[in-house]
Amino acid sequence: MNQLNNFTKGFIKENPVFVLLLGMCPTLGTTTSAINGLGMGLATTFVLVMGNVVISMVKNIIPAKVRIPSYIVIVASFVTMVDLSMEGFLPSLHAQLGLFIPLIVVNCIVLGRAEAFASKNTVGSSFIDGLGMGLGFSFALTLLGAVREILGSGKVFGLALFPENYAMIIFVLAPGAFIALGYIIAIMNRLAKK
Amino acid sequence: MEYIFIIISAVFVNNIVLAQFLGICPFIGVSNKIETAVGMGGAVAFVMTIASIVTYIVMYYVLLPLGIGYMQTVTYILVIASLVQMVEIVLKKVSPALYQALGVFLPLITTNCAILGVALLLVQKEFNLLESVVFAISNAVGFALALIIFAGIRESLDLVDLPKGMKGAPIALVVAGILALAFMGFAGIV
Repeated sequence: MNQLNNFTKGFIKENPVFVLLLGMCPTLGTTTSAINGLGMGLATTFVLVMGNVVISMVKNIIPAKVRIPSYIVIVASFVTMVDLSMEGFLPSLHAQLGLFIPLIVVNCIVLGRAEAFASKNTVGSSFIDGLGMGLGFSFALTLLGAVREILGSGKVFGLALFPENYAMIIFVLAPGAFIALGYIIAIMNRLAKK
Repeated sequence: MEYIFIIISAVFVNNIVLAQFLGICPFIGVSNKIETAVGMGGAVAFVMTIASIVTYIVMYYVLLPLGIGYMQTVTYILVIASLVQMVEIVLKKVSPALYQALGVFLPLITTNCAILGVALLLVQKEFNLLESVVFAISNAVGFALALIIFAGIRESLDLVDLPKGMKGAPIALVVAGILALAFMGFAGIV
């Protein structure tokens, strides 16, 4: 039950994007389409899970004073791994996400979970927590990406929904990201009240 | 002339916050008051300029000659983290009031993606050292500009009667979106 709670809290109750407002840069920067959002979400999930697992393994060895730099180095190694493997296996997605892949290392969610959860809990719960948070993040990014893609180009996952003339290009551009996310959070707030 | 292009492009056209989505966390987090926004802008400007110079030297004189360019992310983040620590110590001594005001956000500069982002962009754009410095400073100016304008708007927003759900982050994001729209007007200058 407790583990289940660790897993599901990342989706709604403690959703990193909609509720905690962490990791806003990749959220806004990579969600020009649903598929980009999903790709970014999954890349972050991998780093979160692996980072959480390794950090909870070594938490007793690292002196408290140097823990933050050590966490950053651990996370940065996994980010480099993701960066290089994506460049090799998914070059087109890697080109789309660009700068935001190496920037996973400074994503507040990753370091936040390391400090708030993995440094105090067992390997198993840290794994579940990382997975739940990561999937919650992916869910948020995919949702925002889908909204922007539908409004901005009339498509979702590349599937055309409307004729091309109905597209509001502004939602694919920078301002649309802020506005769409603002309204999604407002709707989430409204739903959470009930 | 080239430098003027870099400056205008970085400050207005490709504004680091409003067009490239880097450094959103402090942009939303410390933009409640103009004074804190100015302080944060100054701290970021300082760290960003030094970090760009140091990472440039590390990249071209250490990592590439050794053939370990793939260690870029790991090295950069360590360099930036130590720099931030240094700024924190200096600021605590020189200006305790500002240190108090910035509070938790100063250590968070480490995880400000604007700093790492600019350092990585320099390498991607293949700038030389002088161009890199100009680029870093203009990005810092762009960041401070966006942050201060946004703080000014948010100070007035406190007085507005809003629906409950829109209070706080949602309205801030929508305002940021409209600000980004305004900045899009600069497109085409360069």
